[in-house]
Amino acid sequence: MKTSRLGAWIAVIIGALYFLVPLAATVEFSLKKRRGEYSFDAYAVVLQDPRFLQSFSYSISVAIATIVVGVLIAVPTAYVIRLRLPQLRPFVEFVTLLPLVIPAIVIVFGYLRLYNSSSWLPFTSSARATDLLLVFGYATLALPYMYRSVDTGLRAIDVKTLTEAAESLGASWWTILFRVILPNVRVAVLSGAFLTFAIVIGEFTLASLLNRPAFGPYLQNIGANRAYEPSALAIIAFIVTWACMGLIQVIGRGARGSSAGTR
Amino acid sequence: MPNQTASALAAAPSAPKPATRASLPLAWLGVVPFFAFATLFLILPTLDLMIGAFQTPTGGFTLDNIARLNQPTIISAYKISIQVSLASALLGALIGFFLAHAAVSGGLPAWIRPTLTTFSGVASNFAGIPLAFAFLATLGRAGLVTILLRDLFGFNLYGAGFNLLSFWGLAITYLYFQIPLMVLILMPALDGLKKEWGEAAAILGATKAQYWRHVALPVLWPSLLGATLLLFANAFGAVATAYALTGSSLNIVPILLYAQIRGDVLHDPHLGYALALGMILITGFSNVAYIWLRTRSERWLK
Repeated sequence: MKTSRLGAWIAVIIGALYFLVPLAATVEFSLKKRRGEYSFDAYAVVLQDPRFLQSFSYSISVAIATIVVGVLIAVPTAYVIRLRLPQLRPFVEFVTLLPLVIPAIVIVFGYLRLYNSSSWLPFTSSARATDLLLVFGYATLALPYMYRSVDTGLRAIDVKTLTEAAESLGASWWTILFRVILPNVRVAVLSGAFLTFAIVIGEFTLASLLNRPAFGPYLQNIGANRAYEPSALAIIAFIVTWACMGLIQVIGRGARGSSAGTR
Repeated sequence: MPNQTASALAAAPSAPKPATRASLPLAWLGVVPFFAFATLFLILPTLDLMIGAFQTPTGGFTLDNIARLNQPTIISAYKISIQVSLASALLGALIGFFLAHAAVSGGLPAWIRPTLTTFSGVASNFAGIPLAFAFLATLGRAGLVTILLRDLFGFNLYGAGFNLLSFWGLAITYLYFQIPLMVLILMPALDGLKKEWGEAAAILGATKAQYWRHVALPVLWPSLLGATLLLFANAFGAVATAYALTGSSLNIVPILLYAQIRGDVLHDPHLGYALALGMILITGFSNVAYIWLRTRSERWLK
């Protein structure tokens, strides 16, 4: 018994080292910009770079739009499937898992072929339309997480009784969906939202191939041209990821959401 | 007469239950946005690419694009991609298994498990370009670990043949999100191993090895294999980390496809579609196998 506990400690310590050493190394490296002493110069350079603010705020807006689209699609669908059309469940679940099967680079390649500027739906013909395509693309990538969170949330509440109570009080379906059901699954929706945010904020493939000025392509550009600033950016990105996951934990205390698979 | 029967049949269900009839179209209306969205942004683009893989530039049917995948650059790209994904999936699965097992039944203090879950949630989502930066700062030529090994132990990592911008460098970097992902997937499966099974085996005189060989692994193998397949697909489709780490110096399929989309390096869009088709088939196969294995393993996890 003692030996197995020792083995468990060794496993956990090695795991912790694997997790922490790269972070420590990145922090250390990001502080080395000034020769011979530690400083926050790399952070100062990054934070004063107008392209950082532009791309970061661009990605935040895209992430928020993605979350709105994701909620508008996932909540009504999961609700209707649970309440009225359970026979469609296996099929819908299969579709929501497809973005884990089809790599993002393949999806965006398909967009470029299908929605080029001379096609029937020319999404890539103007910057605004491409922004829209990017949002829809991200909503697709985040669909497995958003849908599963919402569905898990709906499982925990009595959808049928809530709907019947609202109906008997004369509520319209819009009221039922967005003023009765949505507030009841807000914890699940929020955890789906933060997961979506974490996926979108640093995403590279879609933004780069659709040629949008997002944070991911900016990161890549800095990585190719600078020495210490990339580490500072990695730490900032890590803090954003950490904040998203931390917020999921905080709001989801008791309600357990699951995540599986990223990009 | 047949007409009358038909109209009577059609009218019959509506008469006693008007409520269901009224709500049914509305219910279907509720899933229309979902299917419209999935069709436009997921299914049509993918199908269009898959069809493009079998088309000539003028639109006729051909198997030529598929046949032309058989050239040294492309074959080696698939080979290296599969090897990197396999290496990171197998190592990630193995290490993740020991870590999850240690946390679930290693007799460690209670705070270890929730901490590990939180850290795994963060690390499995910390991928893409920032991850590449982190590993450059760790194991790059001027990375902390490289320098510490040199200064403290006199060991020259790069002199010994290691290079972060290579096969093993990429595999080690991928492990940073593969191990935590394995931990997250496997913990529920390990919870499903009932304590009584181990006790029963011990009472019957089984050794630890016999318990694992005849009780635990037969229950766990669908989860283990399934999770490994998911890890494989996860690594196989990844672009950003590899691109930021190695640029285009490592010839793997996602990078080749990225270069093709950006600048038509294959000088033939239809060959690009065939390349994409190959990726879909490989990740598709491993994911379908994962889903199938997961439904098998869920039987034990009630």
